[in-house]
Amino acid sequence: MTAPVEETAFDPGSAAARATDAILHDTLHGPARGVVVDSPPGAGKSTLVVRAALELAEAGRPLMVVAQTNAQVDDLVLRLAEKNPDLPVGRLHSSDTDPYDKALDALDQVRTSAKAADLAELPVVLSTAAKWAHVKNVEPWQHAIVDEAYQMRSDALLAVAGLFERALFVGDPGQLDPFSLVGAEQWAGLSYDPSGSAVTTLLAHNPDLPQHRLPVSWRLPASAAPLVSDAFYPFTPFRSGTGHGDRALTLAVPSDGSGPDRVIDEAAETGWGLLELPARHTPRTDPEAVGAVAQVVRRLLDRGGAAVSERSPDPTPLTADRVAVGTAHRDQAAAVRAALADLGVGDVTVDTANRLQGREYDVTVVLHPLSGRPDATAFHLETGRLCVLASRHRHACIVVCREGVTDLLDDYPSTEPVQLGTLVKFPDGWEANHAVLSHLAEHRVAWRP
Amino acid sequence: MSLISTLARLEAVDTGRAQPAATVRHRHLSERPLVFVPLITAGEAGAPLGALVGSDRDAPRLLVVPQPRDRELRFAFLAELADVVLPYLDGFADAVEAAERSETDPETGKRVKVEVELCADAPQMIVPSRAGVDLVRLLGRSMRFRRTAEQDPEAPFPAPPRVPLLGRWLTHFGERARVPGSCLLLAMTDVLGRHWATGQSTLEDQHLGALLAWIDPPEGRSGAEAAQEAELARDADGQLVCPPAGPATDPAFDNKLLAPAIERYDRARTALAAAEDGVEADDRLGALTAAEREIRALVESRTRPTWDAVWRGLDLLRELPEGARVEERWTRDRWSFTGHRDRVAAGEPPQPRRDDAVTAANKLAAREREQARLEAQEALDDPLVMAARRLSGEAFAGEVVDVVMAYSESKRPSPRPLVTVRTDDRPHLGERVKVYRSLGGKPQTAEFVGYEAGPEGGLLVLRIMDKMGRGKEPEPGSVPEKGDRLCFTLFEHEPRGGAKLPDPEETPWTHGGPPGEEPAPEPADPVTEEDVL
Amino acid sequence: MPPPRKRGKGLRHRLAELRGPETQAKALDARALAALAANPGCRRRAILDGAGVDKAALAGALGSPSVFGQSQFAFVRGNAFEAKVKADGGTELLRLAHEKLDRGAEPPAGARVPDLTAQGPEGRTARTELALREAAGEPGAWTLLDHPMLALDVAGSPAFLEPDAVVVHPDGSWTVVEIKSFPMLDGAADPAKVGAAARQAAVYVLALERVAERLDPPPRVRHRVLLVCPKDFSNLPTASAVDVRKQRAVTARQLARLTRIEEIADTLPEGVCFSPELPAEQLEQAVESVPATYAPECLSACELAFHCRDRSRAAGAVTSLGRPVRAELGGLTTVGDVLAAARGEAGDPDDPAVAALRRAAALRAEALASAAEGTREAAEGTREVAPCR
Repeated sequence: MTAPVEETAFDPGSAAARATDAILHDTLHGPARGVVVDSPPGAGKSTLVVRAALELAEAGRPLMVVAQTNAQVDDLVLRLAEKNPDLPVGRLHSSDTDPYDKALDALDQVRTSAKAADLAELPVVLSTAAKWAHVKNVEPWQHAIVDEAYQMRSDALLAVAGLFERALFVGDPGQLDPFSLVGAEQWAGLSYDPSGSAVTTLLAHNPDLPQHRLPVSWRLPASAAPLVSDAFYPFTPFRSGTGHGDRALTLAVPSDGSGPDRVIDEAAETGWGLLELPARHTPRTDPEAVGAVAQVVRRLLDRGGAAVSERSPDPTPLTADRVAVGTAHRDQAAAVRAALADLGVGDVTVDTANRLQGREYDVTVVLHPLSGRPDATAFHLETGRLCVLASRHRHACIVVCREGVTDLLDDYPSTEPVQLGTLVKFPDGWEANHAVLSHLAEHRVAWRP
Repeated sequence: MSLISTLARLEAVDTGRAQPAATVRHRHLSERPLVFVPLITAGEAGAPLGALVGSDRDAPRLLVVPQPRDRELRFAFLAELADVVLPYLDGFADAVEAAERSETDPETGKRVKVEVELCADAPQMIVPSRAGVDLVRLLGRSMRFRRTAEQDPEAPFPAPPRVPLLGRWLTHFGERARVPGSCLLLAMTDVLGRHWATGQSTLEDQHLGALLAWIDPPEGRSGAEAAQEAELARDADGQLVCPPAGPATDPAFDNKLLAPAIERYDRARTALAAAEDGVEADDRLGALTAAEREIRALVESRTRPTWDAVWRGLDLLRELPEGARVEERWTRDRWSFTGHRDRVAAGEPPQPRRDDAVTAANKLAAREREQARLEAQEALDDPLVMAARRLSGEAFAGEVVDVVMAYSESKRPSPRPLVTVRTDDRPHLGERVKVYRSLGGKPQTAEFVGYEAGPEGGLLVLRIMDKMGRGKEPEPGSVPEKGDRLCFTLFEHEPRGGAKLPDPEETPWTHGGPPGEEPAPEPADPVTEEDVL
Repeated sequence: MPPPRKRGKGLRHRLAELRGPETQAKALDARALAALAANPGCRRRAILDGAGVDKAALAGALGSPSVFGQSQFAFVRGNAFEAKVKADGGTELLRLAHEKLDRGAEPPAGARVPDLTAQGPEGRTARTELALREAAGEPGAWTLLDHPMLALDVAGSPAFLEPDAVVVHPDGSWTVVEIKSFPMLDGAADPAKVGAAARQAAVYVLALERVAERLDPPPRVRHRVLLVCPKDFSNLPTASAVDVRKQRAVTARQLARLTRIEEIADTLPEGVCFSPELPAEQLEQAVESVPATYAPECLSACELAFHCRDRSRAAGAVTSLGRPVRAELGGLTTVGDVLAAARGEAGDPDDPAVAALRRAAALRAEALASAAEGTREAAEGTREVAPCR
């Protein structure tokens, strides 16, 4: 299923198509009860899910789709409706207030209900894992698609797996792992550790299931795919769907020579930029770093950025909705929002890594999770957090960070306890952080605000 | 660590005394707890050296294994322990009250109420430290699969029935202790650490003597000095003045005092075995008894200070008023105790070595629910805990400055009054975020409508959503009034119940499928061939 | 002018001076190396270990003796268990290696157990390397090296390491064996202890890789080590394969950074010496001349910890209360500074750390006051003790 690796022979379009064909073949015609698909950032996971859903529906197989959040479910419903307006779709929802996106009400082919029985005869029904878990005493669906399966906990899969006979599991192994609010050490090493990822349990009990990988990231530019692949997917590499000349970010207004402008230029040219502030220990909401992030965003918008890509030969203006800011903590996001408001910027998305999962922008500005910290905790070293933050962009990623993180990392190596029988999670957050930092060092702009 | 508890620790450094980390007691304390101060032998899994145990502060029972490598003596210790613990547990089994529980009717599949017994009180076991809780678990594990002569006449070292029974109970206590907020089995260092912030690290708080020194230092001394002395001071023989709370002993004690005493005991035993006539045997029995008494004295000298420290800790904790919702959580412990009592009575086999997929998932879900409940209840019971939630933006307190009556837009309009609250807190509120306040012990829901004069102004408008009765006019007292001081939380007060998981017989294919045939009973553990390790 | 310093030799000389005349260097063993990697930010520990200073003796001379000791019961038990595991030509050990790591290979029968005795650590290291060469020359068989000796270059001087055992598989690959006396209970073991064993084993893996590099073709050093422990409550051995790739990567990076020892040595004033023979006052100054990064975790890992704790507390360092305490304090590092900022006596109110501290202090004071009032009213029967109505 993997494409030949030689530079000249690699055609991303056909490599991706071959992978997709193999996945759909195994899903529709294969003998295995489950198929697992690893999808790196921006590799067309949603497209795959929608296509598989349509083909299963076409083949007359009653299908349930399990996603992890209501936003993900609504997004899939809208995509399905867009691809095939004639297909009746059921949206099973909770009985909370505003349980689903109001946009669904405008679609005639979408039926919404809080009761599974109301939707039983529809060819496709979608809901969250949490809602599906409450569905009891129904005839099992012939097929299921489980989206974001790596972010689903094993116990959540246990609660819904009785509802389907076969399933396609799709997800990104590099993003944030599921977690539990209480200690679960007593089950570490068990194949069905309820706090582990659904895919880990599934494969431990069904090691022979076909496993596929989407080999091409259509989101990440050629400048980013190798770094993200090496640092976060060392054993399952992927490529960028575009070449080095395919995308360009231009700025109409020349640099004023300030730190923010210089790092914007660096990032526009190379895809990466590191705005390094002087070393200092700070609380999480470091005002200088927060201010620097806000200034970079302000200048990005002021300088008349325009993006050229394979999507359109004409430059697309870099507007506020194409820029996002990523942080590790909610209070940092709040501080950045406030700083942006002070600079008169309102429409830029500012969120934590958890909430940016699955989203895509032209340019991202990231406040490095370890910037200014006196110590490095497991939370900040978690690979998935950095991976999410470093893989949301189509053109460029600008990281704002205080100097000294390399030393901080060296002073806090991972000395975690080891549970017998558990799979070692790779890559290690510590090593991945080092890899990213050493790459960023080549795109460094030192600045004293 | 919240900045509020950090500050408390720094204040403790500054004042030389532990500072309150809670203003009420968040754990239930039994009138008659069973205190258990065990010691183990270094390098050996679950090999007890001795213990003080009992519920009478002035008369602990001393149990000693004079030669911990001797299997017979270890097993005798466990049987003796059962003699103390089981009657204590039984003392709570018979006094019951009638209660209701919903169960699934096996015929109709519907949830029905059934009348059941609930033990009126439950036992409570207290060990000095977290390592003690682990040892309870380990002892439970080592005993519950032991075979009795009745079960298996061929069993190499048959146990009296009370030993595997104690194993099952200790296992139950050990598992229950993993449930947040549970109180069947408590570690004194944890409970003290929950209520006081010392001027040392949480790691150092694991030393019971040092922790108590910070909370209640001797007259005229600072907590820091007293704690350091408790930790490190040694007498002329190089022995710690304040022995560690165990179950591990100090190596200097092992090497200098215990090892020679055990050697004398071994020699006396060999000599007794080699005695050639009754007179000689009598003599040598005297020597053996003396050697044994010496070891007993050594064990008592290392456990008694800890025993006293645990009771002193209980005294200190009892001075705090009990939190309002502690009783409700203790009822859950009573259910847990009653449930295990019933399983034992029904002749169910001992808890398996490892949980199956469904049991593990159910336990994790229950613990996450209890964690959420505990966090919410502690905050509602204790302004100091709530302060930390307010600091982190998960709650806010303030004064009602305006109330405007409004109604829902439906055929039968219901009251939806708008309440304006002035607060200095900075909650993480977004549009239509739900907030809750406690109204007569029950949560009342409100929705965030917006800021009156921008987020900086500190004026929040909320729409009250429920608990106002069925009529068009809200019931008296159900709507806040101007001038009221209120505290709203962004977190729910009662955790939601999760979905029911499949029965273990219906374990899906993703998790290994159904268990298949009737599972074989768990085998006994393999044993070391040698009688003496 | 002194002649230009030769790397290595100059450093070795300098380290000997730091250790003190006629003081034997304390050998760096794997446990020390693994511990070094656990707090690599501590310059004091780095230079003392690098120079081979006996930290326990130093701590004693400073008046804050280390509290590490081993119970003879544990010692006897550990030795008895290791002997049992290796009894009978290592039959049981090799059976476990086959079962846990290499099921595809021929079961071990009549494995070779070469004699590794030799004079001194250098001799034993050479003997071990020879045995490994010989094993590589005769593929297809199992070989057990009982207490081999390996050398690893640490900051210019060799450290001699003695793993419990190394197994050579029939395919020519090598596995490090760690024998520990903590139990594996129902397949699980104390994760902190397994973690420590894994870090220690990672050092052996690195040392073996150096030996392997010198062979042609270089044999594969397996990154899954064999951890052998007593099963449940018995003294019967059982084993588990432990993947040490992470620990290996971390240790390799830390060892590479240990070249910093030379830098640290260069910053020390002339005449600094850590010999336990010196008077306490002089030693205190010497120790004080290299900064430490004390944290409570040191108490279970470093002989000098109690001395450093005293100093850290005396300086009012907030980290003496644990590293996480610092997380939200920004640039404030002492108890006095933090409290002064919280009380409004010092600090820039625009600094978010200071602002947060003041809010925290105000909320804490308010809560304590309201609780005191509530208790009083409850005592008078006028109010229930509840903060939120």
